[in-house]
Amino acid sequence: MRSLNPRVVVILAALLLLALVPPVMGALNQPFYLELFARVMVFAIAALSLDLILGYGGMVSFGHAAYLGIGGYAVAILSHYDIGNGFLHFGVAIVASAAVAFVIGAISLRTSGVYFIMITLAFCQMLYFLGISIEEFGGDDGINTSRSDFGSLLDLGDATTLYYFIFAFLAGFLYFLHRLVNSRFGMVIRGINSNERRMKALGFATFRYKLLAFVIAGVLCGVAGALLANLTQFVTPTIMRWERSGEILVMVLMGGMGSLFGPVLGAAVFLLLEEYLAALTEHWMVIFGPFLVILVLFARRGIYGLIPERSGRNG
Amino acid sequence: MAEPLLVIEGLIKRFGGLVATDNLSLDVLPGEVHAIIGPNGAGKTTLIAQLSGELKSDAGRVLFDGQDITDLPAHALSMIGLARSFQVTSIFRDFTALDNVALAVQAHAGSSFRFWSAARKDRVLRDPAREALARVGLGARADVIAGDLSHGEQRQLEIAMAIATGPRMLLLDEPMAGMGGEESARMVDILREFKGSHTILLIEHDMDAVFALADRISVLVYGRCIATGKPDEIRANEEVRQAYLGEEEAVHA
Repeated sequence: MRSLNPRVVVILAALLLLALVPPVMGALNQPFYLELFARVMVFAIAALSLDLILGYGGMVSFGHAAYLGIGGYAVAILSHYDIGNGFLHFGVAIVASAAVAFVIGAISLRTSGVYFIMITLAFCQMLYFLGISIEEFGGDDGINTSRSDFGSLLDLGDATTLYYFIFAFLAGFLYFLHRLVNSRFGMVIRGINSNERRMKALGFATFRYKLLAFVIAGVLCGVAGALLANLTQFVTPTIMRWERSGEILVMVLMGGMGSLFGPVLGAAVFLLLEEYLAALTEHWMVIFGPFLVILVLFARRGIYGLIPERSGRNG
Repeated sequence: MAEPLLVIEGLIKRFGGLVATDNLSLDVLPGEVHAIIGPNGAGKTTLIAQLSGELKSDAGRVLFDGQDITDLPAHALSMIGLARSFQVTSIFRDFTALDNVALAVQAHAGSSFRFWSAARKDRVLRDPAREALARVGLGARADVIAGDLSHGEQRQLEIAMAIATGPRMLLLDEPMAGMGGEESARMVDILREFKGSHTILLIEHDMDAVFALADRISVLVYGRCIATGKPDEIRANEEVRQAYLGEEEAVHA
């Protein structure tokens, strides 16, 4: 065990800590923290999914909150029509986010650079205004939703069960993405990020790989949206606002893009700081802003980049 | 004489009023090293871009083994066996040398829509990649991050990546670019190894390298091919001397 990678230790320790939150907070009788950490995990999944296309694929999507909305509204709308089946909730969330990501990706990925940023942002805003305009689903007041029903299998009404349900998705997605980014497909999207022209010359039709990565990211974030709806039991169009997309982007950058676990740390630091600073002062951004600037200036690879690797440096 | 592998017929590319490729025709025989030389502005870079699917031609056609490839995109050209290297080194700088070549192998070794098993442990990709690295003399540098390799080594990596796609023809865009005499000589030795087994279209500034490697040479001036022939014929050609070699000589003097 001499040469245990400090980063692996951090990841396992963090997951263990997250797993211990329910019994500890239960013993301390602090249910509020259970919900806070559940929320951290939901946004960790959203940030993780963005990291796949941003950190590994080099696609700066400024509209990632769109899929939070799709997943959230999938649960809310089905609930609205008294369809409570959890498998259906998550199934629809996945299929709908995949479809929307496919359309947005197929159009946006024909552009690059700042145009890509703008067009993903525009699509997200379109969905936001669509959410506002549909009165049937509450318009800008939002809509109450009941929790996904998994029958006798799981009772998401129980806070601890819901917490572990979200935890399982986070851990599962972390492992899935770890496999993905090191697979053949993962090497292709990283290659495209590094040098797309060369990838084409080697024989890769790059567009289809980028599109699939974009769709996978959309689906994972859609699941985060469905989890968020279960957690808050309330969905409003604001979860699709561009500020939300920006926050997810900041979580990824702050945590360290292209590292998978970085965005999880980023989501945790972002939401916990927001929580505590907002309790201190309503102008919490005054403190948070400079913190972010310092982090970006002095830790280019985010918080995760500050944790040393096994030995020496590695690209 | 054997059927040519690559045929360029009446190829034209205009940029506004400038005709960069002016009704160019030439062919490359299987197994030969065919060099294209020409002074700056002769249209070599434009020609490469046209041949490699990065620039649409205004007229004319390009045939590869009888198939019209004039309008094929870059990735499709690689799939039918036409590999290229870049004048300005084009590699994956954050990956190791071996990763770079393994990606080239991967492009031609089954589907890349595989999401689970680790590509870096896949011997189907790693073994041929190591072999390609060894062939260009980078066998011992496989695990070095590509961006940390010397300029000469990066140029060798370029060649390894092109070779690793298992091509029938290599399109080499100034492989000696930016190299010193010693590095150049090493590259000539490396390319000589591929002579005979690979058909090569070599675009190159370095005259020593061209005359050491080429079976035939075509001279490009203002987008036109003014002469094609064996190295000795080209050396003796008066028009070529005037357009190009004379200029070189003047520079050397």
